[in-house]
Amino acid sequence: MNRLRLPTFGGLGATVGIVFSLLAAFWILMMILLPVSYMADFSFRYDLPPGKIGGPEDVHTLDNYRYLLFGPKGSPETLSILGFEFKANVLHLNVFFKTILAAVLVTIIDFCICYPVTYYMAQKAGGGTARLMAVCLILPFWVNEILRAFAFRILLGTGGVVNTTLMDLGLLSEPIDFIRLDIALYAGLSYAYILLMIFPLYNALESLDRNQIEAARDLGAPTWRIHWRVVMPHAKAGIASGCTMVFMLAVGALAMPQILGGPSNLWFTQVIYDRFNTSLNWPLGAAYAFVLLTTCILFVLLVMRLFRVNLGEIAK
Amino acid sequence: MSADVQLDRVSIRFGDFTAVKNADLLIGAGEFFSFLGPSGCGKTTILRAVSGFQEPTEGRVLIGGRDMAGVGPNKRPTALIFQNLALFPLMKVWENIAFGLEVRGVPKAERRKRADELLELIALSGQGDKLVSELSGGQKQRVAIARALAVKPEVLLLDEPLSALDLKLRQHMRTELRAIQRQVGVTFIYITHDQGEALTMSDRVAVMSHGEIQQVGSGEAIYRDPKTAFVASFVGENNALRGRVAEISGGYARVETEFGPMRGRAGPGLSAGARAILFVRPEALEPREAAENAISAPVLSSEFEGHATHAFLARQEGKPLVVTRSGGAAGAAPPAPGAAFPVAFDAERGVVLPEGEVASE
Repeated sequence: MNRLRLPTFGGLGATVGIVFSLLAAFWILMMILLPVSYMADFSFRYDLPPGKIGGPEDVHTLDNYRYLLFGPKGSPETLSILGFEFKANVLHLNVFFKTILAAVLVTIIDFCICYPVTYYMAQKAGGGTARLMAVCLILPFWVNEILRAFAFRILLGTGGVVNTTLMDLGLLSEPIDFIRLDIALYAGLSYAYILLMIFPLYNALESLDRNQIEAARDLGAPTWRIHWRVVMPHAKAGIASGCTMVFMLAVGALAMPQILGGPSNLWFTQVIYDRFNTSLNWPLGAAYAFVLLTTCILFVLLVMRLFRVNLGEIAK
Repeated sequence: MSADVQLDRVSIRFGDFTAVKNADLLIGAGEFFSFLGPSGCGKTTILRAVSGFQEPTEGRVLIGGRDMAGVGPNKRPTALIFQNLALFPLMKVWENIAFGLEVRGVPKAERRKRADELLELIALSGQGDKLVSELSGGQKQRVAIARALAVKPEVLLLDEPLSALDLKLRQHMRTELRAIQRQVGVTFIYITHDQGEALTMSDRVAVMSHGEIQQVGSGEAIYRDPKTAFVASFVGENNALRGRVAEISGGYARVETEFGPMRGRAGPGLSAGARAILFVRPEALEPREAAENAISAPVLSSEFEGHATHAFLARQEGKPLVVTRSGGAAGAAPPAPGAAFPVAFDAERGVVLPEGEVASE
């Protein structure tokens, strides 16, 4: 059995170990557990005026969660599945699932871009080239997210650089509305989280012995099979870690969808934001946020189970 | 099936650095051929050129008479065993062995059957479902051989595969490798810096230095008849006596050395008056008085090694002269340090070669 051991911090003694462990525990308690459980409690309460808080009407309820599923009482909205009509909060549920799907898509886009780039950096490029590539990847992230989002708007707007260039070249007769088509949003989000995919992938791919690749090639394997059977299994934990981070952050993105989202497209975080800030209905916002959080965690755990990765490997 | 391998005036350069200079030789089908040389001599580069990971800058590599230019490593009839073996750690032992078959689209049941057959060949029956990490060093070694043999290569390339093993296991694996080679009859090309490995296993050995093949021949020929100063000094122990060639006649050359005139067989490229080195093996020096090729020098120290005793004699410069006596020989013990030790050798057992690069060890 593994006994609980306090970290010893390189022989500095048990005292230092205990102090640091307590600090970490304090951090987790004060910064994460307390506020989150406060919000959890919030999500099960009615939205009451300040005077009634703590009064007899301040009891726990599932009303907020019901609202997300079925909408306001007496709402005429229905959802039809397999010919059955359900009363449902069609607008919010729609946004909810669209957000998750879009985040999955952003994750896939990032993986497809980062895997070859990182593989090149880790296995093909020399030390100097790899470092230069890393710097080129990191530097743009000194510019803050809002600025980058607006930069994408300028690039991809109907009168933007991309459209005018394509039109000047005669490739287009009319500008493409990248923003209405959500291309700007996907581009912006993919770009925003690219480093979170690059770093874990690089760590995983860099540690692969090049002889493994050559051995597979020598035994007759074509490139795709080398990647499928040797490189990707080796990098599985890194892939999982990168995909999880990109997915979670993409689902939770707020600024990018706000700035780059098309007029018809709403991100679920915007809905949550509206509950808190526009409707000032904190209990409802908390419930929405919790549904999103729980769904995302379950989704990630499910995907990890499918690919047989466990949490311990990701932490490596 | 086995194929011959021909290096047709192969040169390989990396920028200004020439890794292989004009290598030109034919390795016979079914032969056990070794490239022997110190690290950085270009032997691994030659292996990579045969396996297809490196295209020659000049010249051609032919396998079974077919020019391999532009044929990738996955399309060549060769299989390579890496120095660190490069087994796939996430696959089971049998999956490792059957990987080449998987690539070729062989159905799973047949792959498993073939893997089990090979496991039997390498005396690891029933270990197919283990992970590679559960095997010992020698077992991993054998799995790597089985994995390479599974694709039925015509040429098996081995890049110092025994260097990670301990001495006893290494000696055992030498015998085993040789036995496997006889059994499967595939051409083996073996890379090593360990002359013991090269001499014991190979039909023929090519000794390399600085990208050049110095000599090709059987182990015995290379040991007895070195053609260059490098080969003479790299293969086995050798005493080098430097001097000027005084006379060449009847296949023998006389050299003026620090111990006076000495006579030995004349190697290629000698000319009278030129600087040369007379090489004489430690075991060729016998403790006796003689009129010719006699040396007498004080003993510095001696070492008893069981099967042999080595005596180190003082010289004016350079490494001490080594005299090796078989441990069982009568009067094998050399005189005490400080005392003079008169030794002599037959002219037939000395070799005179033009001065050139000498292996430093």
